This record gives sequence, C-alpha cells and structure tokens, in this order.
Amino acid sequence: MSELTSPKTPVQKIPVTVLTGYLGAGKTTLLNRILSENHGKKYAVIVNEFGEIGIDNDLIIGADEEVFEMNNGCVCCTVRGDLVRILEGLMKRKGKFDAIIVETTGLADPAPVAQTFFVDEDVQKNARLDAVVTVADAKWLNDRLKDAPEAKNQIAFADVIVLNKTDLVSKPELAEVEARIRGINPYAKLHRTERCKVALSDVLERGAFDLDRILEIEPDFLEAGDDHHDHDHHHHGHDHHHHDHGHSHGLKHYHDEDMQSLSLRSDKPLDPARFMPWLQGLVASEGQKILRSKGILSFSDDDERYVFQGVHMMLEGDHQRPWKEGEPRQSRLVFIGRELPEAAIREGFESCIVTQ
Amino acid sequence: MTEFDPGESASIVSVTDKVRSLAIGAPLSAVHFLGEKAVFVGSEENIFVVTGEGEPAAVPMHGGGILCAASDGTRLVTGGDDGKVVSLDAKGETTVLATDPKRRWIDNVALHPDGAVAWSVGKTAFVRSGKDQEKSLDVPSTVGGLAFAPKGLRLAVAHYNGVTLWFPNMAAKPEFLAWAGSHLAVAFSPDNKFLVTAMHEPALHGWRLADSRHMRMTGYPGRVRSMAWSAGGKALATSGADAVILWPFASKDGPMGKEPAMLAPLKARVTAVACHPDQAIFAAGYEDGTVLMVRMADGAEILVHRNGGAAIAALAWNAKGTLLAFAAEDGEAGLLAL
Repeated sequence: MSELTSPKTPVQKIPVTVLTGYLGAGKTTLLNRILSENHGKKYAVIVNEFGEIGIDNDLIIGADEEVFEMNNGCVCCTVRGDLVRILEGLMKRKGKFDAIIVETTGLADPAPVAQTFFVDEDVQKNARLDAVVTVADAKWLNDRLKDAPEAKNQIAFADVIVLNKTDLVSKPELAEVEARIRGINPYAKLHRTERCKVALSDVLERGAFDLDRILEIEPDFLEAGDDHHDHDHHHHGHDHHHHDHGHSHGLKHYHDEDMQSLSLRSDKPLDPARFMPWLQGLVASEGQKILRSKGILSFSDDDERYVFQGVHMMLEGDHQRPWKEGEPRQSRLVFIGRELPEAAIREGFESCIVTQ
Repeated sequence: MTEFDPGESASIVSVTDKVRSLAIGAPLSAVHFLGEKAVFVGSEENIFVVTGEGEPAAVPMHGGGILCAASDGTRLVTGGDDGKVVSLDAKGETTVLATDPKRRWIDNVALHPDGAVAWSVGKTAFVRSGKDQEKSLDVPSTVGGLAFAPKGLRLAVAHYNGVTLWFPNMAAKPEFLAWAGSHLAVAFSPDNKFLVTAMHEPALHGWRLADSRHMRMTGYPGRVRSMAWSAGGKALATSGADAVILWPFASKDGPMGKEPAMLAPLKARVTAVACHPDQAIFAAGYEDGTVLMVRMADGAEILVHRNGGAAIAALAWNAKGTLLAFAAEDGEAGLLAL
C-alpha cells in the first residue's frame, strides 16, 4: 500500500481499530505502547476514560459510549452515536493522523461499534473498520468466561486476540485458556504476550473487515498442508477435522456451552437465487445470535468470487475478483454466535448447493 | 433578479462566467456573510474573510478542528476541538467567548439576535445572554444540535430520543418533545410555530409547537445535513436526496398530509441549500460540485457552478440577497453578485 495521495485525489479511508478487553486485561498498556513506540505513525485515539493514558496528545478524545437503536425495526441494530459525531469531527483534521483507535469500556459489547461502520453512510465514506482487537488476561479469562457475558462477546467478536499476562500462568494453564478461547473463536489471530508486548503490525492495519481480505477464514490453529483427509467432508468436515488435528498436538478441544463457531463448505457451486434469500433470512431471524459471519462463495454460472461479511443482522458483500485458473472453486462460510441452530443452518446451506 | 429567466433553449442558463472564483486552498465546511463580507469557515484553524474585491484573508480562530459555526449576520461564532468558543465581529476582531476547562470539544453553537450565544459540550448546553450571565443545562445524552426560538430567550436542545426546550431565564422545568432516535440538528420555523430536527437516519422529524403534534418527513436516501427556511418561512428546503426536497409549511398543519415538492433533480446528491432572504428562490449545492439557483414556483434553474469538483459544503446569501457564496469541501469557493 504505497499509494501516494495528493489533496486533489480522493482521500483513502482511514483505518479504525477497535480495542476491547475486559476490565484489567491490559487495554491501556497496549494503547500506551501504541502511542509511545516510535513507528512513524500518528494515531487519533477515542478513549472511554480520560487521564488513563499518560501521553499528552490533542488527538486523544474522550467519549461516552452512547448506544442507540436505529429506527429501522431491527432490534439489534444499535450504533454508537458518539462515534458518528467524533469521527465526523476528526475528519476535519484529515491528514493530521494515519489511523484511529477506538477503545471500548471493559464491559462493552463490540457490536454497536462495528455496526456503526456498516450503517452510517458518512462514517463509511471516510473511515473503514480495520479489526476488532481483544486483550485478554491469561490468568483471569477462564473465570470471566464463566461469569461475564461481555468477556465472552469480546472474544467471540475478535479478529485479533492479545492473550496478555502469560507470565502469570503455568504452561498447562495457558494451554487451558487458549483452548477455551478456541472453543469460542477459532478464527482470530492469537498472540501470547507479557505486558502487551506484541508487534504493532500484528494488531494494527489488519484489514480484517476488508472484503478483499476475507480469505483468512481458516481456523488460526490449522497449519498449512493439513488437508490430508478433507475430501470426504466437504459440507460438514469441520468438526472431525479439527478434532483430529488438535489431539495430535495434545491440544484440548472445548466446545463452549453457549458460544460457538460453525463452518460450512462446499465444492459444488451455490445457486445465488437460493443462497442470497437464505442468508438474508437467516440473519434476519437469527441475527441476535449470530455475532460475526463471513464467507467466500462460488456461485453457479459466475466466474467471480463473491465475498461477504456480517455483524448480527447487517451484511455486506460484493464480487471480489475472478477465480484464478486452477484455484478450487470452494465456498466457505463461518458463523460465530450464541446457541447457533447448527442443524437448521447446515440444512439451509445444503439446500442452496446446485446438485446435478 | 430580472435576469432570472431560463429561456427557451434546451441547455440550462448559466451565470458561471459571472462567478468570482476564490482559491482558498484549505478544506472548507461553512460560509456566512457578515454584512457584505463573505466569511469562509475552514475545517481547521482558520476562517477566510473576503472583503469587496480583496483576496481571502485568513483569520486564526482555533488551534485545531473547527467543529461548528453560526452567524447572525453581524458576527460569526465558531466552536473548536480546542475547547474554545470564538467570536468574529464585522470589523474582523476575534474574541474568545469561552474555554472548556477540560479542553473538550465544542460540538454546537447557536446565536440569538439579541446577543445571546449558546454552545454545547457533550451532554451540557450553555447559554450566555447579553448580560454575560452563563447558564447551563444537562440533557440525557450528547447534544446533537442547538437553535434559539425566534421569540424570547428559548433554546431547543436536540439529543437522543427528542428535543428539550429550555427557557434559560425561567425556573420552570424544561419541556421535552419525545421521538425515538438520534436528533442531530434542530431549527424553529421563522413564525415560531414548528420545530424540525434532522435525524441520524435519513429523515426529518417535526413538532407543531402549539400541541406537540408529530410530523414525520421521511423518504430521503441520505442523511439531511442542510435545511433552510424560505423567505417568510412558507417552505423548508432540504438536502439529502438527488433533488431539493421542499416541505410546505404555509398552512397551520405544516406539511402534514401533503407531498413535498422535489426541485432541481440531478444525478447527484444535494449537499447544501440556502434560501434567498426575500424572494422565492434557493441555491442548491451538490456532491459533484454543481451549484444551481432555482425558482421555487416552477423549478426553473440557473447554473452557478459546473460539476466536476468536490462536494459543495455550504452556501450563503448576504442579507440583502445580492451576493451568493459557495464553498466546496476541498477549498474551492466562489462569489456571485446579482
């Protein structure tokens, strides 16, 4: 991305990183690192509490998390009104910063922040959601996953998880907490850190919400070249597949009781006339349960890859690029959510597959 | 305005050659007139004053972004992300009216003809009346817009789920007009009979103040960012669609049960509107840089500025209606003498 911009050319959309994490996990430590490290970039930071950041910077803005419901009849369609206003104000100072970081409170649900980028036309014009980064406390996350639904939401929503304070736990404890995280969200990139020491390129400018970069929907702990017995499980191979792999490395495999991920795949093309209404109907009826969704799709009579992603009931999708020669035209979908009606989703998906 | 005649020709009448173009060279967000001086409000730090045939002169207002601006024709007041409320008078003198002790953003400003100034910081609205008394009111959520009523010292404070109407000099509890959603701008009709808000969603909401009866004005493809009352307040011209949407407010029921007029349709979104101070004419600016003057009676159009540039951020007429100013987001600007 070495594009040169002059004032006359349309300004590139400014990347926005959402930083979440339960109380005490180390969000402020990570923020201070981002702001103090010499990386040649300037960040505007929207914080929920002034004064925690020990750095004086006129681009640090305090925000009250003001969530409101859109008047569009969709109950989970909530957005952060304060963010709309602050981003609009920040755009007056375009050129003074390279990226924006939004810190949420420890108890916040990341969904309204993400949805703000889906529904607000003006926000979309100037800024793009880059990734949801969740800082988790290696010592206490297991307990929080049991007693704090917010903590579980933050893990489920994450594109990047910074598993912090790993020096405070033993190796088996670390393996345990990682397995718990993977039971909820196997797709996020996970980094183990002490005092949030992570390469900033691993948390910033990830492009996780870019439609052209959705391809990274393989579970993070699946190594490359691991598809040895994949062929028989095209539409429902996920579970066994990961099980085997996990066990071979001595990894525990957990299923969280109420938060799961579900992956679907097909080597046969999908019928867009059936798939689109099915997907839209699914998020309309089950959108409260579905936190994140994404997919790469191969449609019948269509030589281009179609990619989509969603947050609760909101979806965005587009043709991405032509399928490359020799590239397997495989459709892959991922849902992360709470009490997902797995059988119904699988059945619905299979009914969209073109069978000849 | 005798030359306002679209004629018989198929091509639109153009006055683009009469426009004096101004290269301001900094992004712009608003424009106002102080007497005959055009004041272009930059997106950050400076405003640019054009006196007569002179070149734009930069006047520093804020140490950062300029978030809001209001004018009553004799002064311009701006609020900045430096936490300051700054006033510029017709002589070009600037005065800092207020400084937020925590340097929080000044999100909105409003002016009353008798000299009172209102501004907001987060959930708090402040009013300083001519006697320099400062009063404040906290509302349940961040203030989206402020407007003074045309009569009496009464301030409308828009926020989530409605508008609070406050008489700063009275002890009475402020009145609350409820409507679910986020209200981002607010305006009284010039006859003081109606209150209209522009919402976060693409819609306006209105209340008839006598009985708080609701008026829903929907159907916009985009958020309404610019509203202007026609001379005498008989119509409200609005941006947000690919045509100027003109709501009728001449009857006691306002636009209730009536269709709006849709004038000056182009294949581009309207971004700014400004009504002539005494004739039934408005100016409209579009996202593709077009500026038109439009006669309300029949929609006849005159081209003021061609498309091809940045979106028009703001338009303004001087009080006499002899000068029209436009400002594009990228700093291109122009003045038309009629």
